[in-house]
Amino acid sequence: MITVESLTKTYRGFTAVNDVSFQARPGRVTGFLGPNGAGKSTTMRIMVGLTEATSGRATILGRAFAELPNPGREVGVLLDASAQHAGRTGREILTVAQRTMGLPRRRVDEMLDLVSLTEAESQRRVRHYSLGMRQRLGIAAALIGDPEVLILDEPANGLDPAGIRWMRDLLRDYANRGGTVLLSSHLLHEIEVIADDLVMIGNGRIVAEGTKAELLTAAGTLVRSNAGAALAQALRNAGQPVTQSADGALHTEASAEVVGEIALAAHIPLTELRSAEVAGLEEMFLELTAETQREGAAA
Amino acid sequence: MSTTTATETTAPRTTPSRPAAHRDHAPIPFTRLVSVEARKMFNTRSGFWMMTSIVLLALAATATTILFTDPEDLDYGRFAGAIGTPMAIILPMVAVLAVTSEWSQRSALTTFTLVPSRNRVIAAKAVVTVLVGVISMVIATAVGALGNVVGTAIAGVDPVWSFSLREFGQIVLANEIGMFIGFTLGVLIRNSPGAIVGYFVFSLVLPGISGALAASQQWYADNVGWVDLNWTTYKLFDSELSSTEWSQLAFTTTLWVLVPLALGLVLLRRSEVK
Repeated sequence: MITVESLTKTYRGFTAVNDVSFQARPGRVTGFLGPNGAGKSTTMRIMVGLTEATSGRATILGRAFAELPNPGREVGVLLDASAQHAGRTGREILTVAQRTMGLPRRRVDEMLDLVSLTEAESQRRVRHYSLGMRQRLGIAAALIGDPEVLILDEPANGLDPAGIRWMRDLLRDYANRGGTVLLSSHLLHEIEVIADDLVMIGNGRIVAEGTKAELLTAAGTLVRSNAGAALAQALRNAGQPVTQSADGALHTEASAEVVGEIALAAHIPLTELRSAEVAGLEEMFLELTAETQREGAAA
Repeated sequence: MSTTTATETTAPRTTPSRPAAHRDHAPIPFTRLVSVEARKMFNTRSGFWMMTSIVLLALAATATTILFTDPEDLDYGRFAGAIGTPMAIILPMVAVLAVTSEWSQRSALTTFTLVPSRNRVIAAKAVVTVLVGVISMVIATAVGALGNVVGTAIAGVDPVWSFSLREFGQIVLANEIGMFIGFTLGVLIRNSPGAIVGYFVFSLVLPGISGALAASQQWYADNVGWVDLNWTTYKLFDSELSSTEWSQLAFTTTLWVLVPLALGLVLLRRSEVK
């Protein structure tokens, strides 16, 4: 469980994190989504005590991070896979973590095994690692203490598609066993395949928050018919605003059930009826962050 | 510094997260931090060679002394002096890098998420720094003794042990002060090249300025012992200190090491680790 309450971080007049509150709950993967520079990393650094909040607080398992007696046993943290001494071997980096936490030595080999780093790779210096290997090493270091909570900042960066799939399965399994996972990304697709809950942040503020299911519902319904104009009219008559895209698909905020009933009553055959899902969520993401995005600001 | 950990185990305040959860973990003991920090000094390529070079340079200095000193001049003090010079340069670098590499290599992100108390981490590094200084000096002394035995045997003269425990103690102290000048600069600057340059400015440039000032200003020359840490530390290498000189050493060490170190720790604790 991670609880963030009214967190604010100001740098000389610039507000990087603005009154952010949310929870990441056990047994669920919480996706922390936002464009670059939205305040994700700053929020995560505050959670683990690397940055001091201007006001508000963050607790993990009910305590401030600095109060955890042996943090690595309760919270696995990966903020930047490249933030390691380049002259240290992967094995040594895990050994330092293992010894700091007071774990049995075999944990190092278990973790190397878990993240599929070979013995030879583990004895290479991190300087010679690819970004993907560094991410795997970072995940190994985060998991070595068998923590209840994971905080991962852009963990999929640098992983190949197979690696992303592997990580998704790993985190899913971890959450299913009761763990709390908070992971950030600036890529919607990456997050939506794994997250149960979403927290969207833009310009330091939370712009949307909820379970993925709720947010998908909010994204509305996509419906098609060969009698598009008649269907649009029927929906409008029923009090449902409709937008029509170039390819003829209609988009409405009504649920699929309501749309189906309206079409049935109007005797209009449908060719497609589904929740707007990806497209809707993406539109919402872009829309919600439009004012805050660099691209948006330029337009 | 472990007082804050005593009350922590009492507080599973909010809803427990998973049924088997809330294993209460023992706080990390300080001795473990010291052993981990010691390991981190050796387990990088640069760290390993820096430590190895202490022994290698001691051996090289001993060999050079045997080769280039007149046999009748050979005594233990000569070996100790030859070995002491590279030590006085390398040991402060070891101290600087013990602190700054965390920032220059950005491993501080991991270090401080495993141990949130930055004071404890820096304190562990300070303990390791003291130990490295003492152990290096013991090794240097042993290598010097070996050189004295071997050198005089080759020259066919009797070994002369012109070196007292007091002198050894003073030289260890001088080297420890040098290391803590480096350590303090590391804590203040938190950047390897910057702190190393800072150290050489302090140890090579400042004495020149101090000397020039003493030559031109009588009041400064009269009081240099209360200002110039390099000046007070040099005394440790060649003579028994008077009580005034001990006071001057204590005062200048406080002025140049303890006060800046305390300030640096306050800044370091508040700084953002990125």
